[in-house]
Amino acid sequence: MTVTSVAADRGPLAMEAKGLGKDFRLGRGATLHAVRDVSFGLYRGAVVALVGESGSGKSTVARLLAGQEQPTAGMITLDGQPVNIATRRTFRRYKSEVQLVFQDPFASLNPVHTVSYHLERPVRLHQGSVPNVKDSVIALLEQVRLTPAAQFLPKYPHELSGGQRQRVSFARALAAEPTVLLADEPVSMLDVSIRLEMLNLLDDLRKRLALALLYITHDIASARYFADEVLVMYAGQVVERGPAEDVTQNPAHPYPQLLIASAPDPDNLGSVLKSGNRALRAGGTASGPALVGCPFSTRCPLADDKCRAENPALHQLTAVRAAACWRLSEAAPALAGGAAVNPHHPRG
Amino acid sequence: MSTPMSTPSSEPVLRESAAAAATAGPAPGSPLLEIRDLSVVYRTSSGDVKAVERVNLSLNAGEVVGLCGESGSGKSTLAYGACRLLRPPALITAGSVRYNGRRGTGPADILQMRPDQLHKLRWHDIAIVFQSAMNALNPVLRVRDQLLDAIRAHHRLPRDEAAEKAASLLDLVGIPRSRLRSYPHELSGGMRQRVMIAMALAADPEIVIMDEPTTALDVVVQRDILGQIAELKQALGFAILFITHDLSLLLELADRIAVMYAGQLLEVGTSEEIKREPSHPYTRGLLTSFPSLRGPRRELAGIPGSPPDLRNPPSGCPFMPRCGYARSACAEVDMELAPVVGSADPWHVTACPFVGPETRPETRPETRPETEAQPQTRPETGPEGARP
Repeated sequence: MTVTSVAADRGPLAMEAKGLGKDFRLGRGATLHAVRDVSFGLYRGAVVALVGESGSGKSTVARLLAGQEQPTAGMITLDGQPVNIATRRTFRRYKSEVQLVFQDPFASLNPVHTVSYHLERPVRLHQGSVPNVKDSVIALLEQVRLTPAAQFLPKYPHELSGGQRQRVSFARALAAEPTVLLADEPVSMLDVSIRLEMLNLLDDLRKRLALALLYITHDIASARYFADEVLVMYAGQVVERGPAEDVTQNPAHPYPQLLIASAPDPDNLGSVLKSGNRALRAGGTASGPALVGCPFSTRCPLADDKCRAENPALHQLTAVRAAACWRLSEAAPALAGGAAVNPHHPRG
Repeated sequence: MSTPMSTPSSEPVLRESAAAAATAGPAPGSPLLEIRDLSVVYRTSSGDVKAVERVNLSLNAGEVVGLCGESGSGKSTLAYGACRLLRPPALITAGSVRYNGRRGTGPADILQMRPDQLHKLRWHDIAIVFQSAMNALNPVLRVRDQLLDAIRAHHRLPRDEAAEKAASLLDLVGIPRSRLRSYPHELSGGMRQRVMIAMALAADPEIVIMDEPTTALDVVVQRDILGQIAELKQALGFAILFITHDLSLLLELADRIAVMYAGQLLEVGTSEEIKREPSHPYTRGLLTSFPSLRGPRRELAGIPGSPPDLRNPPSGCPFMPRCGYARSACAEVDMELAPVVGSADPWHVTACPFVGPETRPETRPETRPETEAQPQTRPETGPEGARP
């Protein structure tokens, strides 16, 4: 695969996943392929978005990268070195480079501990010989714009709003001074009016600290605005990858096409009330992913016998785009024909 | 930029839906459900939390009204209060909820009903699809038994007829009858939500209240369910009060939208007018808060700060601390909903007397940063807690 990531324009490679796979044994000989052959790079100062529905394996990828699960296939490299987390010491060193932010700020903070407790511990653990822990904690709170910081130190999580809690989670991740930040649905539990501020904060931190950011989300619209590169996952596989604007405006694979057509469209007033979306419903009602062949073949309007028998690999479309589909010539004729990618060109 | 679903040139759509709104709009005479000056508080040891404050909202027959607000804004409390489903510490302190049903009960004030009248009203006239199908279904009962429960509670039917009714309810929402024997955990999230919808339709209600019915679902499933709801509505003719935090969803789905904030309604209008000419600054903020998937990339502004503490709400407009148009007179606003001047929708009302279509912000929100940073606590209001 020679697809170059558009994220590479932002900075040097920080972390790379090569052919990453994770199988879970379900007992009775059954195996769940949670992640299959996923490869991508995270670059300093760039955002890569992993988009997919629940159960698509995107959180498992984050857990693999964070060292919380052992991959069953492939490898992860950090700054060009294979990741070694076999001992407590190397795992801690790894953790000080790679940090994970969880989705639910209501569950990820301990309700019986204060903000300062949550932040002092990682500062002591990862920043080693800091002369004044409290100063570092205050600097962290200011970094996530919880000011005046001193007022927040003695607060308990229940005294904070959802947005403030998530800021504390960000501060805790930043306490390790990481180079890679893995954000697993960092805003989906927050109110709409708070989300944007939170994404702006993440974006600002990415720029200032040159973080390599993995943004995991089910909201492909936010990936359009926030990410450099988008990878769309389905049933544990990357089905399409490319520059955020290209993938969202001109998706090649039938699954991202369905995903984007299904998103609420404020410009399409009253469309749902007109029952003209039968074609879409056919795609939505079908059962889960196929176990043999292309996993999307059970829902794909273009699926044929080959799709149901063989699982397609990622096929390069342009220098920066790829999609895994046997029927690309029908799904995206302009792209499969090798035409230049023009995100502002209407489809069909 | 067009995807198969979107209609980028909104001209024909607007005209078409404006015509639809004219017929589906507020009918002459009395609406089906009329909430008047409803106030609900949560009694806590540290004082009353004013979860719903003097709210007026009406729902006409066959109409979809979207109730949009952030978590803790009181949208669920309003709906549950109107159906008398709240338990202490929630307390209805004022108002009336007039139900003008054309059959069975009504016209009557729901807040004055006796328990036996309420029993008749619920499910027959007003049914609710609860927020989380995961928790609303009993995990140890088969789907059939749960459907039968609902049917038996409201109809006197022989066993085989009730069973047939349960099966036909599943037909209605497009779930195979074989699933009657399934337990909830054997169904996907979308199917569970559909079972909930089927259950709400058991007694053919006139009003269905849907409390975030698609929030936990993937977008593809969400669209699927919304399509299903729209079809059922057309076939059975019930009115929907659709509660959600997702304004972009309501713009597509609802006939009229009511925007709620800190327990009060800030703006009510048709979807077309809310989209085209949002009047209240909060609505304007919401409309620039979500990233769009279609069309050119828009400038996103968002809303700085966070909602006020309802135990000690600011006087006047509750949105003032976060508002880019705020002025000193805002502290004295009485929050009455007044018609929006120049709106194409005669029922388009707003609580903001200062902001018209031409008004520009006096202070840019950017110059008022760190509003959220002022430590303030947010009470866990409403049955939904503080989660979105």
